[in-house]
Amino acid sequence: MATLAIPATDTGRDTPPAAPATRRRGHRGGSKAGKPGPVTYTLLTLVALVSIFPLYWTLVAGSHTNAEIAATPPPFLPNASLFDNFRAALDQAPIGKAIINSVLVSGSITVGTVLFCTLAGFAFAKLQFRGKGLLLSLVIGTMMVPTQLAVIPLFMMIAELQWVNQLQAVILPTLVSAFGVFFMRQYLISALPNELLEAGRVDGASTFRIFWSIVVPVARPAMAVLAMLTFLTAWNEFFWPLIALTTANPTVQVALAGLGSGYVPQRSVIMAGTLLGTLPVLIVFTILGKQIVGGIMQGAVKG
Amino acid sequence: MTIASGTVREAAIAAPPPAPAATSPARPRKRRQLTRNRWGYAYVAPFFLVFAAFSLYPFMYTAWVSLHETSLSNINGGTWVGLDNYRNLLQSEFFWNAARNTLTIGILATVPQLCMALGLAHLLNYKLRGRTFFRTVMLMPYATSIAAATLVFSQLFGREYGLINTMLEAVGLQAIDWEAGTVSSQVAIAVIVTWRWTGYNALIYLAAMQSIPGELYEAAEIDGASKWKQFLHVTIPSLRPTILFTIVVSTIGAVQLFGEPLLFAGNGTTSGGSSGQYQTLGLLMYQQGWSNFHIGQAATTAWAMFMIILVIVGVNAVIGRLRARADR
Repeated sequence: MATLAIPATDTGRDTPPAAPATRRRGHRGGSKAGKPGPVTYTLLTLVALVSIFPLYWTLVAGSHTNAEIAATPPPFLPNASLFDNFRAALDQAPIGKAIINSVLVSGSITVGTVLFCTLAGFAFAKLQFRGKGLLLSLVIGTMMVPTQLAVIPLFMMIAELQWVNQLQAVILPTLVSAFGVFFMRQYLISALPNELLEAGRVDGASTFRIFWSIVVPVARPAMAVLAMLTFLTAWNEFFWPLIALTTANPTVQVALAGLGSGYVPQRSVIMAGTLLGTLPVLIVFTILGKQIVGGIMQGAVKG
Repeated sequence: MTIASGTVREAAIAAPPPAPAATSPARPRKRRQLTRNRWGYAYVAPFFLVFAAFSLYPFMYTAWVSLHETSLSNINGGTWVGLDNYRNLLQSEFFWNAARNTLTIGILATVPQLCMALGLAHLLNYKLRGRTFFRTVMLMPYATSIAAATLVFSQLFGREYGLINTMLEAVGLQAIDWEAGTVSSQVAIAVIVTWRWTGYNALIYLAAMQSIPGELYEAAEIDGASKWKQFLHVTIPSLRPTILFTIVVSTIGAVQLFGEPLLFAGNGTTSGGSSGQYQTLGLLMYQQGWSNFHIGQAATTAWAMFMIILVIVGVNAVIGRLRARADR
């Protein structure tokens, strides 16, 4: 688990030939290069089905009336009532507004986190300054602190500022991430050659010029990974938005939490709403899934 | 929140960070001039400004609030009560109930999850057809939010018409009132957590497995070790730091468990079931603060949660160090 310079270990094919890998794994595609038998495929298919089924069931249950789902045997195929249920869900909870809000919130958080974490990660990786070690331990230490420890004063703060139910109340506190700083630092330590920085300095570039024209281009792949992970986390953030916002101006998660609280909960409408709120991430995930997988695995080897 | 559970979980760092590189005196003088400068502070300033305003200050203030008798409607005032809140907390049956539930749900949700993730990583490490497909599909639950996952599962676990009960009845078993029972509701909640996180942890293990040098397996093969022996004596020891890390991260997540028990009944009640059978510490804290408006008590519970995390991380660090020493 040393700081390897191997970028995405996803397939091994992505490894640039120049990577100074002194401890590369022996076999391509994993240390256990054995051929998988039918049992392996059966088990994996089973796990894949279990992973997908609840999402598929959301679609099935969301596209039937309550009576239809209650039938024995229950239906297993989606149905055209889906759009009626979508409409009912949109009437019951402001899911359209919630999706726009979630895009705004998650987008702002992603931009802020990637920018600030790249700045700090670069400083921790390549610059020397007094107290650096202490500050870095502080960054890492914050990963252990539960969200619950901050919400009370934060709530008092936003109440004071009259920010309750306003989007900045959920954006600002989440604008940085300790994980992001650490992730960028680990990446830049190995990916950014000191010679490049020195060359920039010899050419008389200012520190910020060096950042924009040398550091950012090198950091771009890691920034993309951090952006995807941050967006996903921000989209799914639950505890603090639930406290700071109400169903009058919700994010998707707050709207979903409100969906089920009617007196006579309508199962199919709840499911249709859940599907609406989850669809955007699922679409993004279908497109970028491979990159997200690579990013998570990359985060695991770094460090 | 810089410390949101999701973010913490993503911190997939397999080993404790290396000590920050100090400028070695042997370096050429020129390098030192180039990299040693005060601009470092400017670069880390945005992070620490946000951190100080929205994390560090709140942590401290939570400690201060926990020493007061105060409510949400009275955010600036409150009477100093010293350690009374802590004394009350330790004598409160609600606290011990929530602590017990957090522990049992935590074990139910973490132990099978990490074991399955390890096995899954082992399978994914074969040369597979459709490798990207399997990996991506297994990560889909991770992309699903807690709220969405819990709403779906609470329907699947529904007493009447829930798909799981329908299946149980179809094979001649009795339907279970999942939400009402202590064990059944905690198992159901653990299933939601397990569903969301197993694939993610499998990928972390897989990444670590792929960085194990192949020579180790070749050597084991020559010694005549079976595949299973290789898994036990090569894979597991090489993964130890990663396993320890995932245990720590999962436990931190388990201590904070909140959304699943909140939404499990479908209607967002903070009591965690009619008799609090699945109320966790996170839920209790929310109930104290936002249903009962006892902010001081809620702050005390939050600090208790932090203490529990510190103890767990400390114990894990000690175990990790002892094992590392034993290996030497």
